[in-house]
Amino acid sequence: MPEFSKPTLEYVELLPLFVVFGAACAGVLVEAFFPRERRRLPQILVTVGGLVAALAATIWIATDIEVHADGAARGLVGAEGSIIVDGPTLYLWGLLLVFGILGTALFAERRLEGGLSSFAGQAAALPGTEAERLAATKGLDHTEVYPLLLFAIGGMLLFPASGDLLTMFVALEVLSLPLYLLCGLARRRRLLSQEAALKYFLLGAFSSGFFLYGAALVYGYAGSVSFAGIDQAVRAGNGDHGLLLGGIALLAVGLLFKVGAAPFQAWTPDVYQGAPTAVTAFMSAATKIAAFGALLRLFYVAFDAERWSWQPMLAVVAIATMLLGAVLAVVQTDVKRMLAYSAVAHTGFLLTGMIGAQGTGDLAIGQYSSLEGVLFYLTTYGFASVGAFALVTVVRDAGGEATGTAAWTGLGKRSPLVAGAFAFFLLSMAGIPLTSGFVGKWAVFTSAMSAGFWPVVLVAIGTSIVAVYFYIRHIRVMFFSDPDPDGTAAVSEPSLLTVGTVAICLAATVVLGVVPGPVLDLVGSAGDFIR
Amino acid sequence: MLSTLIWLPLVGAILVAVAPATLSKLLGMGVAVATLVVGIVAAFSYQLDDGMQLKETYTWIEAFGVHYALGLDGLGLLMVLLTVTLVPLVLAAEWFAADDAKGGGARAFVAWALALEALSLAVFCATDVFLFYVVFEATLIPAYFLIGGFGREGRGAAAMKFLMFQLAGGLVLLASVIGLYVVSAEQGEPSYLLSDLAALDIGTDAGRWLFIGFFIAFAIKAPLFPLHTWLADTTEKATPGTSVLLVCVLDKIGTFGMLRFCLGIFPEASEWATPVVIVLALISIVYGALVAIGQDDVLRLIGLTSLSHFGFITLGIFALTSQGSSGAVLYMVNHGIGTAALFLIAGYIYHRRGTMLISEMAGLEKATPVLAGLFLVAGLATLGLPGLSPFVSEFLVLVSAFDYAWWAGAIAVTGVVWAAVYVLWMYQRTMTGPTPPDVEGTADLGLRELGAVAPLMVALVLFGFYPAPLLDVANPFTDDLLAHVGVDDDGPDVPPADEANSETEGGH
Repeated sequence: MPEFSKPTLEYVELLPLFVVFGAACAGVLVEAFFPRERRRLPQILVTVGGLVAALAATIWIATDIEVHADGAARGLVGAEGSIIVDGPTLYLWGLLLVFGILGTALFAERRLEGGLSSFAGQAAALPGTEAERLAATKGLDHTEVYPLLLFAIGGMLLFPASGDLLTMFVALEVLSLPLYLLCGLARRRRLLSQEAALKYFLLGAFSSGFFLYGAALVYGYAGSVSFAGIDQAVRAGNGDHGLLLGGIALLAVGLLFKVGAAPFQAWTPDVYQGAPTAVTAFMSAATKIAAFGALLRLFYVAFDAERWSWQPMLAVVAIATMLLGAVLAVVQTDVKRMLAYSAVAHTGFLLTGMIGAQGTGDLAIGQYSSLEGVLFYLTTYGFASVGAFALVTVVRDAGGEATGTAAWTGLGKRSPLVAGAFAFFLLSMAGIPLTSGFVGKWAVFTSAMSAGFWPVVLVAIGTSIVAVYFYIRHIRVMFFSDPDPDGTAAVSEPSLLTVGTVAICLAATVVLGVVPGPVLDLVGSAGDFIR
Repeated sequence: MLSTLIWLPLVGAILVAVAPATLSKLLGMGVAVATLVVGIVAAFSYQLDDGMQLKETYTWIEAFGVHYALGLDGLGLLMVLLTVTLVPLVLAAEWFAADDAKGGGARAFVAWALALEALSLAVFCATDVFLFYVVFEATLIPAYFLIGGFGREGRGAAAMKFLMFQLAGGLVLLASVIGLYVVSAEQGEPSYLLSDLAALDIGTDAGRWLFIGFFIAFAIKAPLFPLHTWLADTTEKATPGTSVLLVCVLDKIGTFGMLRFCLGIFPEASEWATPVVIVLALISIVYGALVAIGQDDVLRLIGLTSLSHFGFITLGIFALTSQGSSGAVLYMVNHGIGTAALFLIAGYIYHRRGTMLISEMAGLEKATPVLAGLFLVAGLATLGLPGLSPFVSEFLVLVSAFDYAWWAGAIAVTGVVWAAVYVLWMYQRTMTGPTPPDVEGTADLGLRELGAVAPLMVALVLFGFYPAPLLDVANPFTDDLLAHVGVDDDGPDVPPADEANSETEGGH
């Protein structure tokens, strides 16, 4: 009979996870014990407090993590091998927590809806019924969104840090389920929102199935679910190779769904459009960061020795994703859908960077690795995306947010600051120099080119040209088109929460574009994954 | 020194943007003049025959091997001087034009113009390819807002077309810039410094591919047939002042880039591509001129003449002889002066007549003799009349074209004839003839308008008779460049005199 040993947990290094999940549970308690009308402030305090404490803990851990035994990476293997706290993990944690705080600020915005949040007053009330109207007049608010947000962030923290396939799957579910709910809670256009939630849930559940199936196949091949174990098995090269390839493909399906890569991108535009814009803003940045973190860890650590098998596959996916995202964005007439398709295109650019993986010996001294490129790109894209969606929330007409492109005509003359800031975020996404997007793009394209994937880079350049077209077209609509007489949107005065979020994103986009050095050094010092 | 030159107008642009709108124009003019002074001071501290100087190098992005590196050589100096001179003149000439209620207002015009000046100066001073690329692309944003915000109906579409062409070119260039990093990383620590890149041992195939990327971007910028189609639309819709900044300053980046980067980093590939480039240049010369002849809109016409002129410049560059290169460098300066004068004066006509259509104008000569006279001088400069500065450069380029191949020279020479047709015919139709009643009483040029073009006129005449200062600056640069490319001028084909005599005697 095997001897049972008590698992040891590295409480200090796992502190951010504990804090965030703890805060989420505290949020549930607040929901249970506070009267309805007095829940908002405690919820916000718990959420922001938890996130800030977790961020502080992350920074504190990051300052004194030690070089791992294998020499190439820094950090440690925690929780009996199921959670790995290394440089990339800590960087992603920091990033996720920053976007979590920005997302909370957008969630808490109440001035835009005249004193109500942008979430449904009573989600259970059917759209268009008396109950819904009553909830609105009584000024009800769903404050459950804050604990849901915290649970989602907790899952996102765990996702790229997981050290085996099972932890990764649990994290995937923990981050996804709250997001499905959040998507369905819009105050306006509720049917669209509920449709988005259902669509996201069904497709997401389906992709989780793929992930599990893949995990089973890989376990069948390697006899282990831990990434280190899989890596050893793949390097040893024993067993049925077909099993491994099938497993890689199915796991890729599960994760590529989360990042919104073609051909699994179908949910992106509907969900981005239907979800409350504050949720879209948070999700577009944070989900992408977490999912790419997981994708990178899985492929760079577990399947590193199998690079020659998955690089071509991801190259094809990257090409398809970029083309599809950019081309379909051109024909959109809704700002949120346009940004959604542009998010798909950016997934393609990120995948382009990801396939640029090279062995450490292949890199020149001073040359940066593909991992660093992707991490940096995630940073730049996150800020531009959150900022752009935050600005979408303030451009409104009588029916709430005015997301139709026609409503934005002439905005540059009416509100030059908002239009200017939005134009700046678009230019960053388009990759114009002196914005952060350019540096990010340069980084991922260079990785792919260094690894010899020049055809993918050429496609990426081509799609960038297409992408530039629809970004610039929107700038033209805002600045050089005469206003549409029927129903043009105006900028509502937001509270400091939204203004602050936009200002932070704007500042980050400028600073990362002009002096990216410090952040690149930070990414560089994060080092490699622990294998 | 160079940092001051670049940052001064940039800070000025921000100041103008935040200062009260009533001060915009005065403040903008002050900054432009101050920049001019800094430019002149830089010129006086420049030593001839000393290569790249006034250097500043700081590490910018260490992870990418990128430096904030500036420096000035002969070519850069001439372009910098051209830029700092033209911007105050444009602001003076367009003093009231930007007040148009339908446009973006004078504040935006001045601010964007200064931003464009700053970024263009950075382009001409950059000695790091990454820095060059960054500012090269960044110039497009002010240019986009200048075209889209000011000018005639349809400018939004024109701005869009302009930006799409330029950004497409820029992204093609990005592919090559990335390729350079890869090549550089393969041979040691990656670096984007021009001096490091020029010393790289780039394989023949790789070099040619990278060269193509650079060349396409610069051919869109310059522009060269068949990538020129944005040019005429842009100059037609934008204000003449914007067109001056675009065609006389911004487009020079194209030919500047060919000299500095195509020849400087890829000498082998440049020689390899010569036949194709020369043919494209010749097509541009003839095609641009012929299309210009058919235009009814003066601003469109001037835009298309520039296509022809850029053909000449490219021809001079890729003929790879010392006359050709010096001629091309000189041509870049002279074209800047001459075309700027032409655009600005056309703008004066537009403010008086409210139209740019040749068919709707006639007989301006008697009502506005000074304007007509200056228009004629600027036009004659464009067609290369001896005594005005463009003649010198055109002559040098033609010599090099004949040196390259007789047919190249023969075709290029026809460009001179076509130039005479489009300039003189336009002048005849707009200025001469009986004065229609509604034209009588049109005011002639005021002091401000005269002051804005007078320096250009003086320069045209001065450098027409005495081009030595320009050549003194240009020649050391072209000598270094051709030595780097590895070509020597061919000796004269005509045998020495006594040998010829002995042959004829032998025949008796």
